[in-house]
Amino acid sequence: MVRLTRAVDFSASLRYRQPDLSEAENRALFGRAAAQHGHNYRLEVTVRGEPDPVTGMVIDLKDLKAVIEREIAARFDHRDLNRDTPYFEKSPPTPENFSRVIFDLLRAALGDLLHGVRLRQDEDLWVDVIADAGRP
Amino acid sequence: MIALTRRYRFPAAHVLRSPALSDAENERAYGKCANPAGHGHDYGLEVTVSGPVEERSGAIIPLERLDALVRERVVERLGHRLLNDDPWFAAAVPTAENIALAAWRELARAVEAESSAHVVRVRLLETRRNSFECGEAL
Repeated sequence: MVRLTRAVDFSASLRYRQPDLSEAENRALFGRAAAQHGHNYRLEVTVRGEPDPVTGMVIDLKDLKAVIEREIAARFDHRDLNRDTPYFEKSPPTPENFSRVIFDLLRAALGDLLHGVRLRQDEDLWVDVIADAGRP
Repeated sequence: MIALTRRYRFPAAHVLRSPALSDAENERAYGKCANPAGHGHDYGLEVTVSGPVEERSGAIIPLERLDALVRERVVERLGHRLLNDDPWFAAAVPTAENIALAAWRELARAVEAESSAHVVRVRLLETRRNSFECGEAL
């Protein structure tokens, strides 16, 4: 079994909000993250498998790059996570929630090849979502 | 499994000498690190928590709570200090291994007492080339 990781950088704006709360209540719950702001995200996507006996590859990196481009970069890069995507209408785009959305999108595209994702929000904060060990 | 990792930093000094060893043995075991005058590092501390994502906050543990706990329990306790003076190292040499273990024990207790999150991993970065990890490998 080999694991390989491909990274992609993208930038997006966001704010944390619960739609049933007032501005003041959202501010009290989420602090400064309730105001619109942005991050330079780095996503590391790890796939796993046995290398194909002929090609020697677990997955053609071109194909993995294309999946990440289609599923992640095209959806989120230079977008507003709240206004331009349907994923955060009821839950705030915390790194926990965002990484689970990303994991589910990639899981649907890659199936069991997907080992996990690491979403880095900045140098000092990241979230890992790993398959197995109890489905996330 | 979902896990969030946050990195903190603190500068601290230490002297690696064991009272159980002679001067010559200390020099042999710890080399330059046995300098009785001390030396120091900019430590990095990665704290990884896992647990259910709370629906309201969307978080495993609210970040400001995790930050406050780590600052209070470790960063302010050890930062800008001589580690040998800390009770954690009264009976243990403040090697990076022992610093990582002490931080891990302290944070595991503190985080579990205050939230539904668990500390699953602590990684202490002593220099750019050395790091020391307790708990699960990620």
